Amino acid sequence: MVMTDKQLAERSITYRKKILKYIVGAKAGHTGGSLSCIDILNVLYNEVLNVGPQNFTSPDRDIYIQSKGHCVEALYVVLADKGFFPESDLETLCKYKSHYIGHPTKKVHGVEQNTGALGHGLPIAAGTALAAKMDKKNYRVFTLLGDGELPEGSNWEAALTAAHYKLDNLCAIIDNNKLQITGTNAEVCNTDPIDAKFESFGWAVRHVDGNDVNALKEVLCSMPFEKGKPSLVIAHTIKGKGVSFMENSVKWHHGVPDKDQYETAIAELDMEMANV
Amino acid sequence: MGAVIENNTINGKPNQDVFSATLLELADKDRNIVVVTSDSRGSGKLVAFGQQLPGQLVEIGIAEQNLVGVAAGLASAGKRTFAVSPACFLTARALEQIKNDVCYSDNPVRLIGISAGVSYGALGSTHHSLHDFAVLRTINNIIIVAPADNFETTEAVKLAVKLNKPLYLRFGKKAMPLLTDDKQNGFEFGKGRVIRKGSDVTIIATGETVYPALQSAEKLIQQGINTTVVSMHTIKPLDAELILQLAKDTGAIVTVEEHSVNGGLGEACASLLLQNKYNKPFKIMGIPDEYTVTGSQTEIFDHYGLSADGIAQAVLNLLQT
Repeated sequence: MVMTDKQLAERSITYRKKILKYIVGAKAGHTGGSLSCIDILNVLYNEVLNVGPQNFTSPDRDIYIQSKGHCVEALYVVLADKGFFPESDLETLCKYKSHYIGHPTKKVHGVEQNTGALGHGLPIAAGTALAAKMDKKNYRVFTLLGDGELPEGSNWEAALTAAHYKLDNLCAIIDNNKLQITGTNAEVCNTDPIDAKFESFGWAVRHVDGNDVNALKEVLCSMPFEKGKPSLVIAHTIKGKGVSFMENSVKWHHGVPDKDQYETAIAELDMEMANV
Repeated sequence: MGAVIENNTINGKPNQDVFSATLLELADKDRNIVVVTSDSRGSGKLVAFGQQLPGQLVEIGIAEQNLVGVAAGLASAGKRTFAVSPACFLTARALEQIKNDVCYSDNPVRLIGISAGVSYGALGSTHHSLHDFAVLRTINNIIIVAPADNFETTEAVKLAVKLNKPLYLRFGKKAMPLLTDDKQNGFEFGKGRVIRKGSDVTIIATGETVYPALQSAEKLIQQGINTTVVSMHTIKPLDAELILQLAKDTGAIVTVEEHSVNGGLGEACASLLLQNKYNKPFKIMGIPDEYTVTGSQTEIFDHYGLSADGIAQAVLNLLQT
């Protein structure tokens, strides 16, 4: 289904409401990060990736690997919407014996790799992209990293490999919301300038407003940014985006809203929907 | 049971050489086989592989975490992937990648630990892997194999290619004699090979300690002690059926491994036996809980009694208690 810009923007708001609903139901979740990255997932799955339940076993499908596995609620909500599984499954999120655990698992239809430990997505994505090159296949590999996981050394090892093998079928997206569990990235371990670092490693880098679906669509549909180079998208996002009292607040990293906070949040999102 | 090959003839090559030659032969017929290395082509004996099949060798450089992560990605995309790196670095530095990216995600990477155990000898403890069985035994969804001779190595590599599962295969650099000319029993992961049969004591050894164990049996027969020697090439899954049968048939069990006495083959056997009401003499031989004495692999083996004389003496001591 081809969506209009308005429909795409509305879809993000619907996803945000569902993220909150299932986090409240599970009494657990990574609220702030799921809200910051949901626009990226919306655009990837609805506008960019050639993947869905109908071709998930095809060796030619595009691959998405979520390195920031803790924001699994965003992924599950989008996968349900794409028809990988009934949305009602998410009522079991984090419940005893549920397959829908608090980090991505291949037991859930549509999930490519089990992730959750940070610094793992980029090496696996690089290997998958390398396989495509070796097999002369046209599929592309996307991976979403949190900015807080950049100090993991394995990311930089993989950044070297991706450039060394000229993996221009690989796109890494950094959900750059500038906050992590302890505080700001700058306070915890300053990784700026991210762009210059990756450029010096041999990547083609673009910045984008990571909460603007149209801007995301334009950038993500134009990879590779440079032939022969892996692409990096630094998506500037707002942690807790869409709910005023959650935005840019560390305490919502894995905070779960109470009943009143949930109702307030949903009311805000409904109002935003009316104004799209 | 075939004849045990005379122990004074080193009629074999290093298992490492046999691994690379076997893999090259198989990869030449199967373009989907890929080797991933961490600047370890020389010690992994993969120089010829790189020259003959350059499109099937991925060089990562010295970055073991990335080596395993990239290998997991390649394997998930259908490549028959062998990640080759010194055992000491592969199973310590990249342990989280082995646990999550290979085993938990069920990406069928064949992890090849080269120059394993104390093969690097006097290079010291940074280069020894005396922990690998222990740490990998606790991780779900991995087969752990230490072939003893060239036959077992060849068969293990062939099986590893066929079997699309996470697997750890470790071996060393020393030329290894053929243990027996009996190949009728074949080779199967999870099934120990009885190399020699005797009713008094069973020695269960693995990897490069099987040969000195076999030599010790020749010494023990002179003392009137008849020994069964098993090459327990697969540490996990352990051949419980064989071990429990030998526990019944013989009067004592000694395990021998090029690994810490903590957490390896010996403790795996002990756990199995204790939970099956075993009450006969039992001894674990390996490297004690210390950073080893300086020396070559042979000197280190001798120092800790992992030699024909040392194992024979340990058996005698055990039977006298």
